[in-house]
Amino acid sequence: MPSNTEKDAYSGQATTGHEWDGIKELDTPLPRWWLWVLYATIAWSFVYFVLYPAIPGLTSYSKGVLGYSSRVEVGNKIAAARAEQGRFRDGIRQSPLAEIRTDDQLLRFALAGGKAAFADNCAPCHGVGGVGNPGGYPSLADDAWIWGGSLEDIERTILYGVRNDHEDSRSSQMPIFGRGEDAVLTPDQIADVAEFVLSMSKRSKNAEAMKRGAPLYKENCASCHGPTGKGDSEQGAPRLNDAIWIHGGSREAIIAQITRPKNGTMPAWSGRLDTETIKMLTVYVHALGGGQ
Amino acid sequence: MAKKFSHALFEKNVILLALATLVTVSIGGLVEIVPLYTIKSTIEPVKGVRPYSPLELAGRAIYIREGCYNCHSQMIRPFRDEVERYGPYSLAAESIYDHPFQWGSKRTGPDLARVGGKYSNAWHVQHLIDPRSVEPGSVMPAYGFLLRRKLEMRNIARHLEVNRTVGVPYTPDMIAAAYADMVAQADPEGDHDHDGLLKRYPKAMVADFDSKPGDLTEMDALVAYLQILGRMVDFKKYTVRDLQQ
Amino acid sequence: MTAVTAESLALAKGDENVTYNMTVVRQFTLATAFWGVAAFLVGVVIALQLAFPILNLDLPWTTFGRLRPLHTSAAIFAFGGNALLATSLYVVQRTCRAPLWGGPSLASFLFWGYQVFIVLAGTGYLMGVTQSKEYAEPEWYVDLWLTLVWVIYLLIFVGTLMRRKEPHIYVANWFYLAFILTVAMLHVVNNLTVPVSWTGVKSYILWSGVQDALTQWWYGHNAVGFFLTAGFLGIMYYFVPKRAERPVYSYRLSIIHFWSLIFLYIWAGPHHLHYTALPDWAQSLGMMFSVMLWMPSWGGMINGLMTLSGAWDKLRTDPVLRFLVAAVGFYGMSTFEGPVMSIKPVNALSHYTDWTIGHVHSGALGWVAFISFGALYFLVPKLWGRRELFSLKLVSYHFWIATIGIVLYITAMWISGIMQGLMWRAYNDLGFLQYSFVETVEAMHPYYVIRALGGILFLVGALLMIYNIYRTIRGDYADDRVALFETNAPVDSGQVPPATA
Ligand code: HEC
Ligand code: HEC
Ligand code: HEC
Ligand code: HEM
Ligand code: HEM
Ligand SMILES: [Ca+2]
Ligand SMILES: [Ca+2]
Ligand SMILES: [Cu+2]
Repeated sequence: MPSNTEKDAYSGQATTGHEWDGIKELDTPLPRWWLWVLYATIAWSFVYFVLYPAIPGLTSYSKGVLGYSSRVEVGNKIAAARAEQGRFRDGIRQSPLAEIRTDDQLLRFALAGGKAAFADNCAPCHGVGGVGNPGGYPSLADDAWIWGGSLEDIERTILYGVRNDHEDSRSSQMPIFGRGEDAVLTPDQIADVAEFVLSMSKRSKNAEAMKRGAPLYKENCASCHGPTGKGDSEQGAPRLNDAIWIHGGSREAIIAQITRPKNGTMPAWSGRLDTETIKMLTVYVHALGGGQ
Repeated sequence: MAKKFSHALFEKNVILLALATLVTVSIGGLVEIVPLYTIKSTIEPVKGVRPYSPLELAGRAIYIREGCYNCHSQMIRPFRDEVERYGPYSLAAESIYDHPFQWGSKRTGPDLARVGGKYSNAWHVQHLIDPRSVEPGSVMPAYGFLLRRKLEMRNIARHLEVNRTVGVPYTPDMIAAAYADMVAQADPEGDHDHDGLLKRYPKAMVADFDSKPGDLTEMDALVAYLQILGRMVDFKKYTVRDLQQ
Repeated sequence: MTAVTAESLALAKGDENVTYNMTVVRQFTLATAFWGVAAFLVGVVIALQLAFPILNLDLPWTTFGRLRPLHTSAAIFAFGGNALLATSLYVVQRTCRAPLWGGPSLASFLFWGYQVFIVLAGTGYLMGVTQSKEYAEPEWYVDLWLTLVWVIYLLIFVGTLMRRKEPHIYVANWFYLAFILTVAMLHVVNNLTVPVSWTGVKSYILWSGVQDALTQWWYGHNAVGFFLTAGFLGIMYYFVPKRAERPVYSYRLSIIHFWSLIFLYIWAGPHHLHYTALPDWAQSLGMMFSVMLWMPSWGGMINGLMTLSGAWDKLRTDPVLRFLVAAVGFYGMSTFEGPVMSIKPVNALSHYTDWTIGHVHSGALGWVAFISFGALYFLVPKLWGRRELFSLKLVSYHFWIATIGIVLYITAMWISGIMQGLMWRAYNDLGFLQYSFVETVEAMHPYYVIRALGGILFLVGALLMIYNIYRTIRGDYADDRVALFETNAPVDSGQVPPATA
């Protein structure tokens, strides 16, 4: 140590004897508590290294005395959680849908499970509580069903979805009537059919056009939507003679739909959600509004 | 400590101080990073992970450009709640072709590691144009401009080539067909080699993603990318044991 | 009082031949203040965007995704970087009693080169040019430029150290040197990319997937460890003893905590990747080294705070010292919080949430920004040859406004972060997830508003500083100065010698 050390008047510590731009340093020893806490963290780490996977080599690593693996652990945790739901979960898996609906306990469980799964997976399209969304996402909380409102119908819709590339997907499409060179209908004709469609829900204001549209409807549309517009859930053709619309019920929206149908798609959930969850969703959706 | 070894050695010699510092700061990184290349089990032996199709790769570039990673992770952790909310936990194998990785560090929005196939293309488009029209509580920015912007990726083949340079197994075949494949994937009605595309890139979604037929927009590319996320590996085939790192 | 040109600030101790280059220090000082305000402003904007998403404005270059990197880079590299450059070039000259190596033109290149880097990076982000690696977003051409600038910086710094007239290298310079060297290493390895074309901006990095992830967070964590910590400890080791006029508390602690800090920091990167697809063994390493890092970090805090012993009373009268000391306090707080968050079960809750954001800003606002403010307030009068600042009362206002801002910011983020983490994993009594993701987003709203308020206060404080600096440089003195400084020795006469001929 340099000889020009001095004693700091306040702390009584010696300085180290150096000075930089007026700054000096005291030669205070390391604080005891600091050193001990440092040792403690090192000791703790040492124990951890022994217990857990920690030390890498070039081809493998120390597995640790406890044989811990985060992936094994989550598997166990999920299994434990499933086991805790045990009776109910088994009940859901084994019971037919109708039975779930009549068993109070299973129903309560299924509704809770359905609600949870719905919130993260379905609500982005169908809205919170299944109230539907503009943009072609039907309300599930009413009793108008495009693809049928029985438990089985609903389950099938959820399992395989609508117009996606799953092989069991519901797939019928409304044809394009007003696009391209060989369009089936001219814009005028489309306006007329739209007028007729409006008349089914008693909103037509132009009897002439409606009359012109009637035969066109019969010829082009009735096969799917039915002569009176009551729809056909086999083909997923929505009802047209009520006040419920997926793509909007205004004249413009109807014309747009005929000209170039939206043919909305819904993903299949069979590969993403497990069987119980889909059953619970089915029961939940069925109970939302008007399951048949 | 004053007698035997004196720290003054370092304090008096800049070069020595610098060298000692460099050595000290090099150790940790080497010990941690090198084994990730040499320990085989780091990358799980699963099948199905393939390089991105040209359109997906273009979409990924847009994902990066718009900074989606600032709000979205692509890394599902092995927790019960995450597995139940998002799907199987993410594997290292799933991002081997990600230069750079997109795991993210903040979830202002939900994890996107398995968003592929979760929604329809139309939903993605509507959501990207106006997130609050489908999710009233969302804080995500609107990206309507993507629908208006043509996909400017004439040199997509070059992108594949560079990826190949850094280790992604694009074949000469894939590179040659890159531009055609990019166009084909977003034009299901057009006269393209869709079979070839699907052979090169299994599970690629062929669709007019943005519902603007004939128009290849940035929206097409971004949605194509979102739709492949998390769909390459079939998790039904593997047990926890296969996935031990 | 006539302005003393800084070049002519000779050392009081009789080294009549030493002529410091203070021009470049003054430039960096002004740049620090300027970029600070810019960074805080963008911070406020993105904070408001999360509270009111309509503010994304539907334009590509105003969306959150592009502005967030603008904020982080502006804060760390523009504000923090300029503060480090300003102080390191000042400190190295004064503690070596040697002028900058390479002369004024090299120094000038360093200054402008660094500003060009900032502008290239920032305008790139707005146009969507990003590598997507956090804190290493700039694309290859900007990286190359920065590499060149950084090498010049290293040469100037080391060159100056070699010219020193003091036998020993002062501890502040150890930290600055470690910062410069390590950042160079991190920068190069984390940015090894292959450009798609020499005329385009896009590139693909060599690393991918899990290896890239660890390389990135080896970089990212040590950007914190060396840019935001080691470098700023360099600031602390000069400005705290200087302003407090007390000797550094413990030389031995300096040694031990310096070497242990730089050794351990490098290992801690995996705590950013807990429970990811990074293998468990690496996560364990990240966790344990973070915990061991606690005391080495606190070594800096102890040395900073204990240097005040014998001078605590100065805090009452000197708001500049208050900034410096509060900064050290926040440093201690965030380096305690950090190791806690590195413990895996804690990180399971905190990761991906606002808790991390709260942690970041207790370090960024409390430590990085506060110590920079303290250093700026210290430097400006000296660099422009003023007796003292224009107004110490304004400094005091700045201190309190900014402190309230920080408290609002970090408490809001703690609450929202922990709430978010708990909501994500909340189960109802039947064993189903209780909340959908968007419900958790909606629950954040009030806290996002509070955070934005905190940010606005912080920004207001910085604007007061700008005004104060401006008036100081102009040579004005407010009346309050005398009152506040009555009990103190008025000026350190060694700093401002009379103008030489
Ligand atoms: C990407 C958007 C999307 C998601 C996600 C989605 N759906 Fe759908 N869903 C639709 C569309 C579009 C239709 C209507 C299809 C049509 O036009 O025929 C539909 C139709 C339905 C129907 C038939 C309604 C009827 O009237 O027959 C049911 C039931 C249904 N969805 C349930 C669900 C459930 C349960 C989930 C979640 C597991 C879900 N959907 C997720 C888009 C979606
Ligand atoms: C091959 C069967 C088929 C034919 C033929 C058909 N449709 Fe449809 N229609 C559908 C299906 C399926 C949907 C639901 C598709 C969707 O979501 O876009 C639909 C939906 C509609 C809707 C929207 C309903 C709503 O709730 O928003 C209207 C309006 C409509 N069709 C009118 C017509 C008219 C008018 C014609 C004849 C010009 C016609 N459809 C012919 C199958 C058909
Ligand atoms: C400011 C943060 C923010 C940014 C930036 C952001 N998002 Fe989002 N994102 C959200 C939030 C919040 C949600 C959840 C609410 C919703 O669905 O809109 C979300 C939801 C999503 C979803 C639905 C995920 C699901 O499973 O429900 C997708 C897909 C998505 N974002 C894609 C993107 C893409 C692509 C980008 C960039 C072009 C992006 N996001 C940018 C915040 C953001
Ligand atoms: C007025 C002051 C500031 C405000 C209002 C502010 C606001 C914000 C906001 C809103 C975010 C995004 C958080 C999110 O994505 O949820 C953010 C991120 C960040 N800010 Fe700031 N900030 C401020 C100052 C600073 C300063 C001074 C620094 C650094 C010195 C800084 C460094 C960062 C960093 C590193 C991140 C990224 C954090 C992460 O990814 O975990 N900020 N800031
Ligand atoms: C002993 C010291 C420290 C340790 C062990 C530590 C630890 C951590 C941990 C565990 C995280 C969260 C990672 C995650 O879950 O994603 C984190 C994030 C962060 N910390 Fe610290 N921290 C320390 C000190 C600091 C200091 C002093 C700062 C200064 C500003 C800082 C800045 C940051 C930043 C910017 C992030 C966000 C990184 C991201 O973008 O995700 N940390 N730190
Ligand atoms: Ca981050
Ligand atoms: Ca298109
Ligand atoms: Cu870290």
